[in-house]
Amino acid sequence: MSEARSATVRQVLAVQALELRKRFLGKRAIPVYLLALIPLMLFGGRAVAMLVFGQGRSDTIAQDSVVYAAIFRVMILRFVVYFGCVAVFVPLFRGDILDRSLHYYFLVPMRRSTLTLAKYLSGLAAALVLFCGVTMATWVLLYGAHGPTVLFERLLSARGAFELGSYLLVTALACVGYGAVFLTAGVVFRNPIVPAVAILIWEGINALLPPVLKKVSVIHYLESLCPVSFPPESGIAILADPASPWVSIPGLLLLAAVLLAIASRRVARLEVLYGVE
Amino acid sequence: MIVFDDVSKFYGEVLGVNRVSLTIAPGITSLVGPNGSGKTTLMNLMAGLLRPTKGRVVVDGTPSDRPEVLCRKLGYCTQYDAFPPGLTGYEFLHATLRLHGLSERECRDRSARAIARVGLTDAAGRRVAGYSKGMRQRIRLAQAIAHDPHVVVLDEPLNGLDPMARAETIAVFRQLADEGRFVVLSSHILHEVDLLSDRVILIHHGYVVAEGKIAGVRDEIEEHPVQVLVRCDRPSLVASRIFELDSAVEIKIHDDRRGLLVHTRDADKFYLLLNRLVLEHGLDLEAVAPADEDVQAVYTYLIEKDGPTS
Repeated sequence: MSEARSATVRQVLAVQALELRKRFLGKRAIPVYLLALIPLMLFGGRAVAMLVFGQGRSDTIAQDSVVYAAIFRVMILRFVVYFGCVAVFVPLFRGDILDRSLHYYFLVPMRRSTLTLAKYLSGLAAALVLFCGVTMATWVLLYGAHGPTVLFERLLSARGAFELGSYLLVTALACVGYGAVFLTAGVVFRNPIVPAVAILIWEGINALLPPVLKKVSVIHYLESLCPVSFPPESGIAILADPASPWVSIPGLLLLAAVLLAIASRRVARLEVLYGVE
Repeated sequence: MIVFDDVSKFYGEVLGVNRVSLTIAPGITSLVGPNGSGKTTLMNLMAGLLRPTKGRVVVDGTPSDRPEVLCRKLGYCTQYDAFPPGLTGYEFLHATLRLHGLSERECRDRSARAIARVGLTDAAGRRVAGYSKGMRQRIRLAQAIAHDPHVVVLDEPLNGLDPMARAETIAVFRQLADEGRFVVLSSHILHEVDLLSDRVILIHHGYVVAEGKIAGVRDEIEEHPVQVLVRCDRPSLVASRIFELDSAVEIKIHDDRRGLLVHTRDADKFYLLLNRLVLEHGLDLEAVAPADEDVQAVYTYLIEKDGPTS
């Protein structure tokens, strides 16, 4: 590796070290932890109730699987991961502007595009650890509530492994997509809460939109990748015209790449004007 | 050379600096002007933190819009008193040098050297959040010089420093200039600048009103009285000793008996006296700060005399 390239790698790692410290130990990490706790408490409470008090036992594992699919889409994906990504990615630049510390990054010999990518990767690393951790833990608690035998059987079966792998993939892609959306929002908008709410509403009404508009959203592609579909009698909206994984995965990665390119251009023209922010 | 070529910067409709054309040579150059005159704007333009609305800035052959090259040769000690949270002084410098892409060994060596140069070795293991204002100022100075830049830009670098630290810091500036580097610093205190600069640039309302060797403005400054605010445990002692100097014009002791405002025609003599009082009488000095109003008067005096040049 050339000296210039290894210097760039060291710079990216240095950004990661500083940012991960902020993402996990800074005061702005508290709301993210609280968000992550909500599903953990829900599934943890259920597991305790079932294991200790023998209450609330589901009739079948298959029923648990459908219930989890609903909770994953509504609570974990649309609420925890969505707002978690707002809290993790928006402050990557906006937080430094508010803290008046962005100039430290702008006074090092690093291309602004490299800085944008490095910050995004650090946010992504934090989001993946937290939210894939939440997905994994809730899934384990779901089946662990039936006892360790059921859990390991489920985990080692092809269906169970596929289910868990798919949920982790969807969570990871949600972090990739929403992360890019909210990093860009944090760079472009002085008050990123307004676009965050607007996007939330758009994503929320996705099921009601005509098929063409459905495709202009992140949630459509994420839900297309979810492993468990709802039975028609469940009363839960069924995803019409789901995108294939060959469209969903590259589509989300492409969306993230385009948004990062926009954010990079914006960061390249960003000035340090703390007084007016 | 550092070249400002017909540079203007507007913040919306508000003027930052207007039609500035300057060439700055190696050595210590001071940007002097009252608060809001455009000093920080010029420095931020130089460091690439701002983009000119018009014109261009070239620092030692590199345009200011190329941070990946510029920041290898430029170090900037800003006025922004913020630090990444939770870091010690050493960790802050080490992290900054890692951001420069230096190897672990270089980061360790240069951090230690820069910390020693600003006299913070004993406090290097303490968190920056617990530093005094003067210590934070010095760690920022260390951050600006740690990567061994050829151009050092310092925004009000002596703010918050006690007389001893001021003297030590000025010695560091002189050493950097003697090594052939560009040292560009800002101050709204003409007397301070007089002590250390090779060249001054006077700025007023975004315009460069005068520039040149310090000797040209020194006489005018010396004739003009300055006010200095002192907070200490024994203001009466200071007052009695100041009146022994023939340059004292007026002294007002604060109502809380913890400070005084001194009006003097010779600030140098006054500062020497303060140093002596600290050394010989153990005077507990809390703060020493030239009062702005009088500096403003000096500018008005100079500006009315010379008038804008651009």
